[in-house]
Amino acid sequence: MATTAVTAAAPLTTSSTPDLRSRPNWRATKSALMTGVMILCVAAIAIPLVAVLGTVVSRGIGEVLRGFPDFFTSDIPVVSRRVGPGMGPAIVGTVLATGGAALLAVPLGILGAVYLNEYGGRSAFARTVRFMTAVMAGVPSIVMGLFIYLVWTMRMGYSAFGGSLALACLMLPVVITSSEQMLKLVPQTLREASYALGASKSRTIATVVLPAALPGIVSGCLLAIARAAGETAPLMFAVGAATRLNPNLIFEANTALSLQIFENANLAFEGAQGRAWGAALTLVALAFSLTLVARLIVKRFK
Amino acid sequence: MSSSANLAVELRTRKRSADAAFGWVARGSAAFVLLVLAAIALTMTARSAPVLSAMGLDFFTSTQWSPPEKVYGALPFVFGTLFTASIAIAFAVPVSIGVALFITQVAPPRVRRYMIYAIDLLAAVPSVVFGLWGVLVLSRDFGLGRSFLTAGIILAVMITPIITSLSREVMETTPQADKEAAIALGATRWEMIKATVLPHSTGGLVGAVMLGLGRALGETIAAALVIGSALGQITTNPLAAGNSMPAVIANEWGEAGTLHKSALIALAMTLFVITILVNLIANAIVARAQRRMRGA
Repeated sequence: MATTAVTAAAPLTTSSTPDLRSRPNWRATKSALMTGVMILCVAAIAIPLVAVLGTVVSRGIGEVLRGFPDFFTSDIPVVSRRVGPGMGPAIVGTVLATGGAALLAVPLGILGAVYLNEYGGRSAFARTVRFMTAVMAGVPSIVMGLFIYLVWTMRMGYSAFGGSLALACLMLPVVITSSEQMLKLVPQTLREASYALGASKSRTIATVVLPAALPGIVSGCLLAIARAAGETAPLMFAVGAATRLNPNLIFEANTALSLQIFENANLAFEGAQGRAWGAALTLVALAFSLTLVARLIVKRFK
Repeated sequence: MSSSANLAVELRTRKRSADAAFGWVARGSAAFVLLVLAAIALTMTARSAPVLSAMGLDFFTSTQWSPPEKVYGALPFVFGTLFTASIAIAFAVPVSIGVALFITQVAPPRVRRYMIYAIDLLAAVPSVVFGLWGVLVLSRDFGLGRSFLTAGIILAVMITPIITSLSREVMETTPQADKEAAIALGATRWEMIKATVLPHSTGGLVGAVMLGLGRALGETIAAALVIGSALGQITTNPLAAGNSMPAVIANEWGEAGTLHKSALIALAMTLFVITILVNLIANAIVARAQRRMRGA
């Protein structure tokens, strides 16, 4: 039986060497087709990115560079029809509102994360806080803006600080969540080594745990700040619509880059739209540099 | 001798109380989240009471919104929000999953790194910049006009990076052994993806889509600029001008009187409840998927 099988198979192998090249078949074609679809998806996401950034740069660069550095220093024209610079007060307003928000939300958020990871653990209170942090992260930015209007602006008037409060409320859950994740990555052995040397819990956290988690925490905070700097809705009801420079964080109405883009986008005047593109370029550059610095920190310390 | 012993005891207790104080400060910071959320819920409820007592349940069911006649029906805006968000999801989800598959399964490592960078950058573009591009380029220069569709497209561009990076993270956790086993059995790349990557990631993908939906529902500025601000439109024609809850609040707050403001706050409250529900469901799905992946 075995010999007949061999002899029967023999002519096949002797007549030609086996063809090991993969033949085109429907399964391979389908796989290639799906890869093509994936590439189309990549194109679908690349086109808007390139289109938006291309327009922002091409329409904004002329505006920003005309009579440099007027765009960054001049007041905003009161008559929006006028062509020309600048956005000085808006840049100062954005920096004030975002900086104030960072000063409020970063320490509070990191301390909250320290509580959750180092003290609370899986206790009922810590689990409640974690759950509510997730809830707070989902609050739409315009709701946060209205809330700050009701509890702050109605009593204290428009100011950059009102914007800081609204942005801080948006940043807080982001800072808590990202910082807690970074603290979780610190090896337990580091804490035990510190306790073995006689350090107290607070000293261990301040000198061992936080420094070990610092790069990750800083990067998370920078990403949160970058997001906050571009927010518009929370500032609408808190910051006001000043056209002149106001370097005061607490008093008097201020303005911001995002608010200026929103207002000018709705106007049909060449000058106003030009300033909107200039402000957009400035804001995008600010957000991108913060994001890139955050990525570099992560890469450097990984 | 005894005085130095006393000093040592005193120092130790002081150190211990400083230690306890730090713990309480940390606990207080964590409690701040609860405080802010409670304050939001209380203020919004109190301020939306006037319009809710004037309109009753009609606030949620009436299709007429007419501030001069003191008639406030929120239904068209609830519809507009859900409609634009659905358009956004319909565009964003297939694209995001395709890009995430390309990054994790097809792209060589170097290309992968640059693509992840590019998607991070897309996520960092402020929403008002997309709004500006939407209103001056997409709706004016491309002639798309201000409509549900324009708003949906802009929202889709904004949520695609979020859904993509979450999907990518989920897909990256597919066990290498599963993928190699599929390839060893003679599967093509697509068959390998269908047999291992997609079943493994389903839970995480659903969660990612829900989180993207949460973002799309709450997004204000881009929608306010391109949706067209039509009052009381309920139509499934995507090319019609419409309105959404956040867009109405942003556009009408400036010239609103007392009851009108109360109506806008009630609208914000409605939005708040819807987005929180969507986000909580999303988080629960993601958490369950993560637990399953750890267990596997």
